Amino acid sequence: MIIDETIKKDIEELSGQKLSDCYQCGECTAGCPTAFAMEPVPSQSIRLLQLGKYSELLESAGIWLCAACNVCGERCPRGVDYGKIADACRTIVLRNKVTHITLEKVDKKFILDAPQQAFIAAFRKFTT
Amino acid sequence: MKSEKKRIGVFVCHCGINIAGVVNVPEVVKRLKETTDAAVVIDHQYCCSDPGQNLIKETIQKEKLDGAVIACCSPTLHENTFRKTAARAGINPYNCEIANIREQCSWVTEDKEKATDKAAKIIKTLIKKVQYDEPLTPISIPVTRKALVIGGGVAGIQAALDIANTGYPVILLEKNPSIGGKMSMLSETFPTLDCSQCILTPKMVEAKQHPNITLMTYSEIDSVSGYIGNFKVKVRQKARYVDWDKCTGCDICVGKCPKKVSDEFNCGLSERKVVYKMFPQSVPNRVVIDAPNCLYIQKGACRLCEKHCPFNAIKWNDKDEIKELEVGAIVLATGYELLDKQRLGPYGFGKLKNVVDGLQFERILSASGPFMGEVKRPSDGKVPERIVFVQCAGSRDPENAMAYCSKICCMYTAKQAILYKHRVHQGEAVVFYIDVRTGGKGFEEFYKRATDEGILYIRGKVSKIFEKGDKVIVWGADTITGKKVEVEADLVVLATAMVPAAEKSFAQLMKLTQDEYGWFTEAHPKLRPVETLAGGFFLAGASQGPKDIPEAVSQASGAASKVIILFASDTLEHAPVIAGVDEDLCSGCGVCIDVCPYKAREIQVKEDGKKKTVKVIEVLCEGCGACSAACPVGAAQQKNFKDKQIEDMVKVGLE
Repeated sequence: MIIDETIKKDIEELSGQKLSDCYQCGECTAGCPTAFAMEPVPSQSIRLLQLGKYSELLESAGIWLCAACNVCGERCPRGVDYGKIADACRTIVLRNKVTHITLEKVDKKFILDAPQQAFIAAFRKFTT
Repeated sequence: MKSEKKRIGVFVCHCGINIAGVVNVPEVVKRLKETTDAAVVIDHQYCCSDPGQNLIKETIQKEKLDGAVIACCSPTLHENTFRKTAARAGINPYNCEIANIREQCSWVTEDKEKATDKAAKIIKTLIKKVQYDEPLTPISIPVTRKALVIGGGVAGIQAALDIANTGYPVILLEKNPSIGGKMSMLSETFPTLDCSQCILTPKMVEAKQHPNITLMTYSEIDSVSGYIGNFKVKVRQKARYVDWDKCTGCDICVGKCPKKVSDEFNCGLSERKVVYKMFPQSVPNRVVIDAPNCLYIQKGACRLCEKHCPFNAIKWNDKDEIKELEVGAIVLATGYELLDKQRLGPYGFGKLKNVVDGLQFERILSASGPFMGEVKRPSDGKVPERIVFVQCAGSRDPENAMAYCSKICCMYTAKQAILYKHRVHQGEAVVFYIDVRTGGKGFEEFYKRATDEGILYIRGKVSKIFEKGDKVIVWGADTITGKKVEVEADLVVLATAMVPAAEKSFAQLMKLTQDEYGWFTEAHPKLRPVETLAGGFFLAGASQGPKDIPEAVSQASGAASKVIILFASDTLEHAPVIAGVDEDLCSGCGVCIDVCPYKAREIQVKEDGKKKTVKVIEVLCEGCGACSAACPVGAAQQKNFKDKQIEDMVKVGLE
């Protein structure tokens, strides 16, 4: 089978979005403020999921660069919210106990300089 | 009702596996033989086939049957077929009934046993119905052989010409002062690039000069009553304030009129006078005064037009005139509009001057347009060095606008980009698209021509359009490379979605159905695309859905041929399954008159002058049954759907 239905179901349930709704028009990418640095960009990310290439996306940096600004979801002609899909992908990665940030490895000066809220949010977002 | 029992034959159709795949047909036949008084029960692979119909015909004759039940698909499909078969076999066609065991049973029931039980029950209720069915004969009604075409665009003109050329009189109604519609606003047409006006105006002139066509422009429908073959239509001819019998269309008054307002024909890109002609080739070639803007009508000053008119044609006391028409058929060619740009928030809410829609750009390209065919942008009249074309602006967008594809935009965008390149050789044209749809004769080749001429196609939907200095910035993406794309343009053309021009209130006036967007609904999406479910109304052009010119013209000819078929005879048959009144029971209370949606019932006073009863106007009755349900004493009865009949059918169904 090309598509692993379990992972697809997980992503669709966690995000509340239907992957097949996306018709790859690219409006999400066109309006995305972080797309310049993203790899893959939002529309390509959804395409990878449609093709069942989950690991390619889950292991990418793209899902972590999403600023969750929701412009993509707001403008999508098919009502697909990529922000929520990226969130679901991050959740799946985190549930698999992959930790992206450890306190020991963070520069002490950065801890002192970074805004506390951002610091806490980063730990929420990047750790299990 | 007959006291002796009818000999009824039951024919159960397999419909291939459509029915037999779920319903156990042999078991149904067995049960019907055991538990009903049907004289014959037979099954067949395809009852609607020639052998199937022959079997039914021969069995009716051989077994001397007086009624038949065909258990098959929906009566909307084959009731007609089998009633004709019954008639050929010599029995009254209204004693042949359909038991729908496909749409209402096999297609909607998964459990085979339950489906089999249900099929048998459905058939049993119909056997009961046929027992009570009376023989009926169709009602003959006269036909007024005169047509009304609503909408004077290319579809309306074509329909009117086709009907008129067969010799029947036609009234061509148009709400604007001139016929011509949207096609008269276009510069050139795809994929041949012939000038729109050049190919349309001969047809406009032909319609004007045709002895069988009466033009009624600047007119709108006030009310429609009656029924197929016999419509009564009230038309409001708007006050023109110009006597068209005297006016010659010389335009002297237009030159003298001191007040200017936004020009609708140029989509607001230029101004016109208050006394005006829509465009130079207007048909009829007459002027009208736009009363809400006229200085004299509103403020009592001016009268310059009157002073300078050499023909004394200005008529200040002109009023709306109501004209009553009697017609037998109505063609709806009401056309389309473009989606209002205000609905497209990320594309500037229609507030950015240098973001125009497709029709505005047609006017910019047109020789009779605001810039005389020179490509200029609206804000400062500068020749744009780069134009961005944005496709699917409001189409294929169920979240924000229209879910459907507007069909014509891919081709007209390619055309507009090509025409721009022809006029401005150094100009750059960039097209943002989701898909390029080129299903049509010569369309793909035309798209190839656009790319050959150096037009850059970028695959991605535009996300945002905004002004920066005197430029317009377009944010898009190229989904093929996965890169965001920002283009700085001098002018942006939005291929905005096509939306229906006919409003809901207009459709309600005719009691016609529209889909969720407001396009008129055809009687059958494949097999009856130019008819409506309301008899006598036919659809032409974009009133039914987005269409290009050749499609609109073909459909108009199709609608015209339906009108001609209707007019081929001076009478037509009306189905006799209608309501009746038992005068002995009727108290003349009139409840039924209030509930009847077709105005088919009225009070009559009996000869003795005392007793009042209700009478049915048979040609108007559509047999909906509202009166039967409302009648407090059971006097209103639907033929072949009498209370007793339905009661017994329900009893059988509940056994």
